[in-house]
Amino acid sequence: MPSLVFSDVWAQFDTLLSGLLQTVWISAVAIVLGVVIGVLCAVARSARSRLLRVLAAGYVEGMRNTPFIVQLFLVFFGLPGLGIQITAIQAGLIALTLNLGAYSAEIIRAGIEATHRSQIEAGAALGLRRRDILLHVVLLPALERVWPALSSQFVLTMLASSILSQISVEELSSAGALIDSRTYRSMEVYIILAGFYLGLTMLFRLSFDLAGRFLFPRRRAVAVRR
Amino acid sequence: MIRSFGPAEFTFLVEAARWTVLLSLLAFIGGGVIGMVVALMRVSRNAMLRNIAAGWISVVQGTPVLIVLFLVFYGLPFLGLRFPPLVAAALGMTVYASAFLGDIWRGCIEAVPRQQWEAASSLALKPAQRMIYVVLPQAVRLAVPPTVGFMVQIVKNTSVASIIGFVELTRAGTLMNNVTFQPFWVFGSVALLYFAMCWPLSVMSQRLERRLHAGRRS
Repeated sequence: MPSLVFSDVWAQFDTLLSGLLQTVWISAVAIVLGVVIGVLCAVARSARSRLLRVLAAGYVEGMRNTPFIVQLFLVFFGLPGLGIQITAIQAGLIALTLNLGAYSAEIIRAGIEATHRSQIEAGAALGLRRRDILLHVVLLPALERVWPALSSQFVLTMLASSILSQISVEELSSAGALIDSRTYRSMEVYIILAGFYLGLTMLFRLSFDLAGRFLFPRRRAVAVRR
Repeated sequence: MIRSFGPAEFTFLVEAARWTVLLSLLAFIGGGVIGMVVALMRVSRNAMLRNIAAGWISVVQGTPVLIVLFLVFYGLPFLGLRFPPLVAAALGMTVYASAFLGDIWRGCIEAVPRQQWEAASSLALKPAQRMIYVVLPQAVRLAVPPTVGFMVQIVKNTSVASIIGFVELTRAGTLMNNVTFQPFWVFGSVALLYFAMCWPLSVMSQRLERRLHAGRRS
């Protein structure tokens, strides 16, 4: 059995690092935008307008039942075909955001549906406006409830960003492929990449846990009491 | 020469979709067998077995499918083994599916009420008998909806195998796009074919889940 030689790969640490930063940056933008779409869609799915409900359901089901790589190709190759010029990074961000938007919409909807009727009635009894009930009684507690599930979905989005290497976005996986083509140390490169993604996964989980405590003070209070 | 995307081209994609189905089945069978082992190790009384299974699950779940496939694709020749792309892709997807199915099934085994385990022990069943005759039959009932749901993930993720050169539906789409230059029609059709495979599974999973909960409520 041949032995593993990592030194050639470590010599190109700069390339790996810039890829890593690109992955973090792209994932962060996609996560923020994806949650916004997710919240809008989740609200739209319980809207009074039938058209809005059907549109949101179609988007969510269409996204959840097709592979990410096909969505990415549709955006990257399809939009220029319609006369819209976009860069690879823009295409990647659009596809990642739309993908996460659909998954988070479904997760947030589950949180919204778990809201007890009496909560909404209590809000109305206290004279809150419809808008305030939606935001403070329904949406924020729903987000708080599903935050762990959302965090897992965020990590999956970060991992899915590795597919962007296929449309020449210079993130972590394509940095690895570049080093592979320079050194022919495929095995070593992909072991290191796996390690980097594992580290990123742990880092993301930790940050979302901390972010959850910051965003949802009630959770923070519960955590302190424990 | 530039071809235009017509019925013959669509048929080419449909034929390639058969490979997606085959790869999904292989991944589900392989992932199911190893996933069962992982799930049983995860609930074992032996701490070392538990830790190995937990490590396997978190390492595979924390790595992109793409990297898992590359590791298998380059790792096998590295160990002196040469396989055609279908086998390499199936092995890679097996690794991926085993971690997720192992984790799903562990949850189902643990969801079987404690009293059932205790009752089985009181009846002097050995741990293996308790698992086979008492716990697993009840866990399977809980496991069906999430397992069907995960099959959707398997079908979708076989598209990543196109990157390591296995010609399934996505790869066929890329090839077709290169000769027709009609990406919207080509990848639109590819997406439609995936949807036709995944949507029935999604609906089935939701229905099964609703039925399961209805049974528990009554």
